[in-house]
Amino acid sequence: MARNGGVAWMRTTEKIDGYDLSTSDTEEVHVLAVDDSLVDRKVIERLLRISSCKVTAVDSGRRALQYLGLDEEIQKKETNGFDGLKVDLIITDYCMPGMTGYELLKKVKESSAFREIPVVIMSSENVIARIDRCLEEGAEDFIVKPVKLSDVKRIIDYTTTELREGEQREGARARRRGINKRKQREGDDDLSSSPPSTLSSSTSSSPSSSIQSATAPLSPSTLDSPTRRLKMTSSE
Amino acid sequence: MDFVNQLQRKFIDYSSSLHREGIVDDQFTQLRKLEDENSPHFVMEVASLFFEDCEKLINNMAIALEQKQGVDFKQIDECIHQLKGSSSSIGAMRVKNACIAFRSFSDAQNREGCLRCLQQLSHEYSLLKNKLQTLFLLEQQIVAAGGSIPRVH
Repeated sequence: MARNGGVAWMRTTEKIDGYDLSTSDTEEVHVLAVDDSLVDRKVIERLLRISSCKVTAVDSGRRALQYLGLDEEIQKKETNGFDGLKVDLIITDYCMPGMTGYELLKKVKESSAFREIPVVIMSSENVIARIDRCLEEGAEDFIVKPVKLSDVKRIIDYTTTELREGEQREGARARRRGINKRKQREGDDDLSSSPPSTLSSSTSSSPSSSIQSATAPLSPSTLDSPTRRLKMTSSE
Repeated sequence: MDFVNQLQRKFIDYSSSLHREGIVDDQFTQLRKLEDENSPHFVMEVASLFFEDCEKLINNMAIALEQKQGVDFKQIDECIHQLKGSSSSIGAMRVKNACIAFRSFSDAQNREGCLRCLQQLSHEYSLLKNKLQTLFLLEQQIVAAGGSIPRVH
């Protein structure tokens, strides 16, 4: 990759501000875990840390929305609305008092700022109707409890892949724009229907939706998920 | 070194017996796999949280079943749901199964049946707690003697 003065400037800025403007392979996935059970929170936190993720664990859907800056009752003064680090993935229990995981899923998917964040639902009940409802609402995946390391690894694998692919597409588009200023090819030539991306929004996660799983590599591990297989066939 | 080996052997044997007796299931093994040098007592820590949770829920159910003006079976059901969830997450198989049995009596709003189930549940919980505390004690003795806790492969 040719490095011009522009990129060198970015690199220097990264060092000075400590801001990670580009996402490297070593950047950890930041997961927001939501579960009202203390035991389950402790377990999911450990599973995620072992899978090299940064974890923020909260005990309710309400607190999750507050963390994201989506709680209507708490007005965020900051323009970006983030309470902390950018969230790359939300993993939530289904059955919770107050706001269920399903309701949290809906709120996230209704929000223009956060609808791109993949949401995974966990539940102790293996009910097809429930799974379908969640997938229809845009859930990325559905895990039946008790959660195991293989479940978490699978999810982090394809989240990381989709994030990286998203950045590669961003990078590729940016280079094309930089090199070919006359060619106004802002229409995307791949499957994802993201709007013409601006380089400054590098914090957005990949424009994946639950149906467009065709962009993810079809490794055996991604096909192991029964819900993934379900989504693959339903999108054909 | 011989002393540590003895302790480690005791640990392995005792661990196996817990599985054989159905006190714990595969999920317990899954949690063991999450332990490493940085987090050597993870299972013990989760178990402590579980014990607190369990005691609180059993207590709440006992109180609910004592209510003369009428038992709040919805509350009982909620407690059972929570306990079933956390016991499943930690691999406490017999406690989890006791919850499943309990649920059917709670659904039927059968107070006598619920009281019997609660007794059974308390018994399973005590058994689990005693056995796990014995295991964790061995764990601590191994570490104190300078050995490492045998890991699951």
